[in-house]
Amino acid sequence: DIAFLGGIINYILENNRDFREYVLEYTNAPVIIDESYADAEDLDGFFSGWNTEKGTYDTTSWQYDGMEVHPSAGQREMGATAGEQAGHGGQGASLHHGEPPREDRTLEHPRCVYQLLRRHYQRYTPELVEATCGVPRDDFLRVAKALCDNSGRERTSAIVYSVGWTQHTVGVQYIRAAAIISMLLGNMGRPGGGIVALRGHASIQGSTDIPTLYNILPGYIPMPNAHAHQDLRTFVEMNTSPGGYWGNMEAYTVSLLKAYWGPNATKGNDFCFDYLPRLTGDHSIYQSVLNMLEGKVEGMIVAGENPAVGSANGRLHRFAMAKLKWLVVRDLFEIETASFWKDSPEIERGELTTEDIGTEVFFMPAASHVEKDGSFTNTQRLLQWHHKAVEPKEDCRSELWFYYHLGRLIRQKLADSQEDRDRPVKELQWYYPTSAETADPSAEAVLREINGVGPDGKALSAYTELKADGTTSCGCWIYCGVFKDDVNQAARRKPHTEQNWLAPEWGWAWPANRRILYNRASADPQGRPWSERKKLIWWDPQEKTWTGPDVPDFEPTKPPDYVPPDGAKGPAAIGGSRPFIMQADGRGWLFAPAGLVDGPLPTHYEPEESPFGNLLYGQRANPVRQVYPRSGNHYNPSNGAADAGRYPYAFTTYRLTEHHTAGGMSRTLEYLSELQPEMFCEVSPELARERSLEHGGWATIATERAEIEARVLVTERLRPLRIGDRVLHQVGLPYHWGWRGLSTGSAANDVTSIALDPNVHIQEVKAATCDIRPGRLSGGYRGEIP
Amino acid sequence: MTTRDSYYGHPIIKPPVWKNEIGWYLFTGGLAGASASLAFAAEVSGNRRLARTSGLIAAAAVNVSPALLIKDLGRPERFLNMLRVFKPTSPMSVGSWILAASGSAQSVAAACEILGVLPKVRVTSQLAAGLLGPALSTYTAALIADTAVPVWHDAHRELPAVFAASSCASAGAAAVLLGHEGSTGPARRLAVLGGAAGLGLSQLMERRLGMVGEPYRRGRPGMYMRASKASTALGLVATVAGKGLVRRAGGGLLLAGAALERFAVFNAGF
Amino acid sequence: MIEEHADAHATYGAETEQRMGFFTDTTVCIGCKACEVACKEWNMVPEDGLVWTGKSYDNTGELGANTWRHVAFVEQEVPVDDGSETAGIRWLMSSDVCKHCTHAACLDVCPTGALIRTEFGTVVVQEDICNGCGYCVPACPFGVLDKREIDGDGRVWKCTLCYDRLQDGQTPACAKACPTESIQFGPLEELHERADERLATLQAQGEESARLYGRDTSDGVGGFGALFLLLDEPEVYGLPPDPVVTTRDLPEMWRAVGTAAAGLAAAVVISLIGRRR
Ligand SMILES: Nc1nc2c(c(=O)[nH]1)N[C@H]1C(S)=C(S)[C@@H](COP(=O)(O)OP(=O)(O)OC[C@H]3O[C@@H](n4cnc5c(=O)[nH]c(N)nc54)[C@H](O)[C@@H]3O)O[C@H]1N2
Ligand SMILES: Nc1nc2c(c(=O)[nH]1)N[C@H]1C(S)=C(S)[C@@H](COP(=O)(O)OP(=O)(O)OC[C@H]3O[C@@H](n4cnc5c(=O)[nH]c(N)nc54)[C@H](O)[C@@H]3O)O[C@H]1N2
Ligand code: SF4
Ligand code: SF4
Ligand code: SF4
Ligand code: SF4
Ligand code: SF4
Ligand SMILES: [Mo]
Repeated sequence: DIAFLGGIINYILENNRDFREYVLEYTNAPVIIDESYADAEDLDGFFSGWNTEKGTYDTTSWQYDGMEVHPSAGQREMGATAGEQAGHGGQGASLHHGEPPREDRTLEHPRCVYQLLRRHYQRYTPELVEATCGVPRDDFLRVAKALCDNSGRERTSAIVYSVGWTQHTVGVQYIRAAAIISMLLGNMGRPGGGIVALRGHASIQGSTDIPTLYNILPGYIPMPNAHAHQDLRTFVEMNTSPGGYWGNMEAYTVSLLKAYWGPNATKGNDFCFDYLPRLTGDHSIYQSVLNMLEGKVEGMIVAGENPAVGSANGRLHRFAMAKLKWLVVRDLFEIETASFWKDSPEIERGELTTEDIGTEVFFMPAASHVEKDGSFTNTQRLLQWHHKAVEPKEDCRSELWFYYHLGRLIRQKLADSQEDRDRPVKELQWYYPTSAETADPSAEAVLREINGVGPDGKALSAYTELKADGTTSCGCWIYCGVFKDDVNQAARRKPHTEQNWLAPEWGWAWPANRRILYNRASADPQGRPWSERKKLIWWDPQEKTWTGPDVPDFEPTKPPDYVPPDGAKGPAAIGGSRPFIMQADGRGWLFAPAGLVDGPLPTHYEPEESPFGNLLYGQRANPVRQVYPRSGNHYNPSNGAADAGRYPYAFTTYRLTEHHTAGGMSRTLEYLSELQPEMFCEVSPELARERSLEHGGWATIATERAEIEARVLVTERLRPLRIGDRVLHQVGLPYHWGWRGLSTGSAANDVTSIALDPNVHIQEVKAATCDIRPGRLSGGYRGEIP
Repeated sequence: MTTRDSYYGHPIIKPPVWKNEIGWYLFTGGLAGASASLAFAAEVSGNRRLARTSGLIAAAAVNVSPALLIKDLGRPERFLNMLRVFKPTSPMSVGSWILAASGSAQSVAAACEILGVLPKVRVTSQLAAGLLGPALSTYTAALIADTAVPVWHDAHRELPAVFAASSCASAGAAAVLLGHEGSTGPARRLAVLGGAAGLGLSQLMERRLGMVGEPYRRGRPGMYMRASKASTALGLVATVAGKGLVRRAGGGLLLAGAALERFAVFNAGF
Repeated sequence: MIEEHADAHATYGAETEQRMGFFTDTTVCIGCKACEVACKEWNMVPEDGLVWTGKSYDNTGELGANTWRHVAFVEQEVPVDDGSETAGIRWLMSSDVCKHCTHAACLDVCPTGALIRTEFGTVVVQEDICNGCGYCVPACPFGVLDKREIDGDGRVWKCTLCYDRLQDGQTPACAKACPTESIQFGPLEELHERADERLATLQAQGEESARLYGRDTSDGVGGFGALFLLLDEPEVYGLPPDPVVTTRDLPEMWRAVGTAAAGLAAAVVISLIGRRR
């Protein structure tokens, strides 16, 4: 898709379809980049700064020209982790104390971002799109034209994506490419525009806001590093952005520490900053599973996840879990992850034996969302409260119950401990009102803690009230205001018929109940709506304030012509016509000087496994991708390799409407199971002919890792792609099955591999290679033992 | 990939859910109705022996009928719901009332006959049953024609006649088979009349159905139809030309022919 | 001898409600089957087998006793207008349901009165009356009804147009669950208007294959209470092109029965003529 999206960028630039005024003022198009920068076009698929030994980039040369290199160079060395925070926050820009960078407003300077963009994408022509993607030239042009025709002053377009764009070794760069298009066409921060990530699980957005990720704290504050962040001061210095709202990072961090440790956190003890855990390396899930295989991990708590069949290379996960000492699974059903030790295919085939698995498995039944209070945060950052409808049955308990009582019991055990290492737990603020027979903690009390309180003990109303002096506490700065006026704002349900079209009184959106981010961009530099049709936020010169139906994403009284004084910091360093206030320079980054580990501009690479070479560059795949070639996770030989022909087909994995993800919530239900009762694969009539696959019969799908079986659905919907002068057949695999439940079947993830995007470590399960042959898995099963 | 003329070959309408009991009922109903009429006619004409034979045949057939029908119900315990309403739009409702009425009348007549009592009641009951007989024998044609099944529905003009003919054949033949030889002249003529007419009428029906009549030419209904025609033809010959046992055998063949014909029609609808 | 029109529900007198129905606009159906599941959940229709069919994504097959909403998946090759030599693929989805016919054969033929016309003009089986005679099954020109053979039930079942929900002023479960408003519920008259408008819009957009199905109140069943907008011939979706209520011919049938019965009587009389032995 980067070839495709790059083609659109090229189309926009070559046909002058960009929204020039927007691009000039609101993006970094005019900014001149350091002269040591070299593009992938020059280096055959690499950017400048490539370090072959480390396999990483030194991003210094990607900086804006004339900028001091900010001390956060050390942080960038951390590689993977830096990307994640900067991606959200943009503190990596390291601007020169808010000073405007060197720019060329004619957009003609050869090193200005606009020209760099043109050069980078000049070979992404409709012909190249056709040759790389198999999308006919005319179809491509139709898309490009429609997108441009529907963007501009009067119209906006939104780009909607989900995991077809993310589950690749270049996943983050797909979205970056979409962002570039949206900014060139002036679609960001405007009604009907923007990029919409259709996030999957209920509240998966919430699970990154209040993260279940190893490398960030609530509100995208980075997790401190064991070496770089010795104390609060260095941590704050290294992560504070010179301009923009990340400039107040200290207030957010201190308030978070106050929420954790309350009165125990004082100025004198660095607000207990030392109590925070520290990163010592890559602790992401896939790395941890590989560590498990090596026997380096003792135990794991799996809550609401079914990695035994849902994660890439599920088979490897099962072998890894068999090496744990203990495993806790909290789920609605006894899923494969909880039962692998007694009934997995490995047990059936004798690759593992129950007696030899030392893992002690605890299954804890969970209460479902209708059995507990709580909130969902969906993709547009909207928090919606749900109320308990029924009491959970028998031993089923809410997540809050589990963690609260777990913490309580641990604290009880540690009550008499004199050890320093136990102080973070002993001094935690761990007091929540409980109710019902089961002593379920109050979810609203937790929400209020997240919202934060001021010195008077009242709920805060906005994150702008947060202080770095320890007088405020706040569990997640971006959620500050959700309990404004001591009212659960997320529980509001005013019908859309009784309010304006943005429905601001339905639930609550972070930050500050703002429905459209960066909405300053919906007005022109002078603060007037770009058009009557698309007006959202504008400057009222009489009242000297920003106004409109949404909450302005801008300092409310900062005039459009505001120029930051010398030495300004934080929000004050953002000019009056710079809408992207989370970036230090207030602009949208067409070119990303920092924040990404695999390049400032999206570049086309083939997947880890591909039958094809890269038509554009000598470098075949993303050079920074994370791969783990080891027994049980070997990759299929790709184009160029001697035996690449063993895996001549491409396969992709995807969802069916009738099932949900790893199947724990759908294969267990009869009404859903009867609608999609069996694992199947989809192939074209051409492939069926080539491999003698019979419609309704069985097929075996093989990769280096393992083999699976599936019923065969021959359908014209799956079309062979013409790539260059070759024909590529594709195999489609729904990934919902496993061996338990009412509807059972092979797990597609037994044939996928662990190959990851380097920025966010997402697995590449959307594109890989395989072989397919008729018939079931019988005695001939072949699988690598991890 | 679906084709232009169907959805993965699924038939548009549902096949009937009726089991073989209903096929038998088409036969027993016809037999009972025509036999009742024959019995009454014999009674009036003073042929007591034939009246007795056909009356008892009618009684037996008319009493088997509800048993067959009830057995086919999804909820046999609710069979009385059939008489919950009277609906002229529903041949099954109309038929249920006919069956109930003629069944009671014929049973009373047969009881008097067997016990040898109340001759007046017997004759009156036989009169009632005899008058209802033609309706009982033929309403089943409307019953199956009043569906969306093309081979039944499109034959709605011919089917009643086909059923009437085979009812005559079966009533006559049954009396020939079981009755006293000295009394079964009218029965023999009725059987021959019915059998011969039946052959012609079913031929007519098939021809008029055209393409829709395809089921009569293949598979199980085709087999039944061919067997029915063969059996009827042979039966006709034996009944007309034969004497004694041969004639009785002819009656048996005609009876079988009538039954097979109902099964041909019944099975054609699936 | 057709049951007097769907306005038969006017016999409810003061209790008569507006005739309610569905307009299923298949052009916006996404094949999510939420309607199928919602129907089963609300009406407690039993699961009836985990059978993979290989017929596109349709593992339900057809309407029946245990499927009151059925989503059809039609895969077609269609020419594309971009001049390329390959044909395009069109994937049609359509959620089928009981048509709640104006002249409902099922209702006409039901001998027990289990099938009734409600005050909303809909056609409903009363589950406490049906004795499973099965007459309605082959009577329906759309193959909607069937006998439930699970746990010895033996009765026939079909869409009730959520009679219970209608009585509480609620939208039927399937329509409520439909995320795209492919299933639109409302007073039939209003639905007719909406259907006409939608058809006009589509035709204006050059969608020549669009057509309404069941909109014509002079068709063989007097129009449907649940009409459809289709993108191809009805047969393609498994629907009859020209459904006719079988009872339309019932008067003629009764006449033929009368004639045949008279013939039978005559034959009996004639056979008396002649020798006794
Ligand atoms: N019914 C149902 N709904 C769900 C879920 C479910 O399991 N069932 N899961 C939820 C979750 S967790 C998520 S994350 C979302 C995911 O929602 P989607 O992203 O829609 O999920 P997928 O079906 O995995 O993938 C979408 C499509 O990506 C395409 N694709 C594969 N590779 C590429 C590529 O390189 N480029 C492009 N452009 N497309 C590609 C595939 O053909 C596939 O059709 O759905 C959520 N909603
Ligand atoms: N090959 C391939 N693999 C993929 C993907 C793909 O497209 N292709 N998609 C990926 C994506 S996007 C996702 S999100 C993952 C999903 O993969 P998983 O998260 O591993 O799978 P789920 O089946 O969604 O697991 C959620 C579990 O939570 C349980 N549950 C539900 N509610 C609660 C609750 O309140 N408390 C607790 N404790 N448990 C609860 C459910 O019963 C269910 O078993 O799969 C990923 N894997
Ligand atoms: S579609 Fe069939 S079941 Fe529904 S009302 Fe019409 S005849 Fe009756
Ligand atoms: S099966 Fe039930 S609903 Fe159908 S006709 Fe018979 S009694 Fe009526
Ligand atoms: S109206 Fe009710 S009964 Fe009919 S299909 Fe919809 S949900 Fe099922
Ligand atoms: S719920 Fe609506 S969109 Fe989904 S399958 Fe049914 S009719 Fe189609
Ligand atoms: S399950 Fe359906 S209703 Fe719920 S969020 Fe997904 S698409 Fe929307
Ligand atoms: Mo997901």
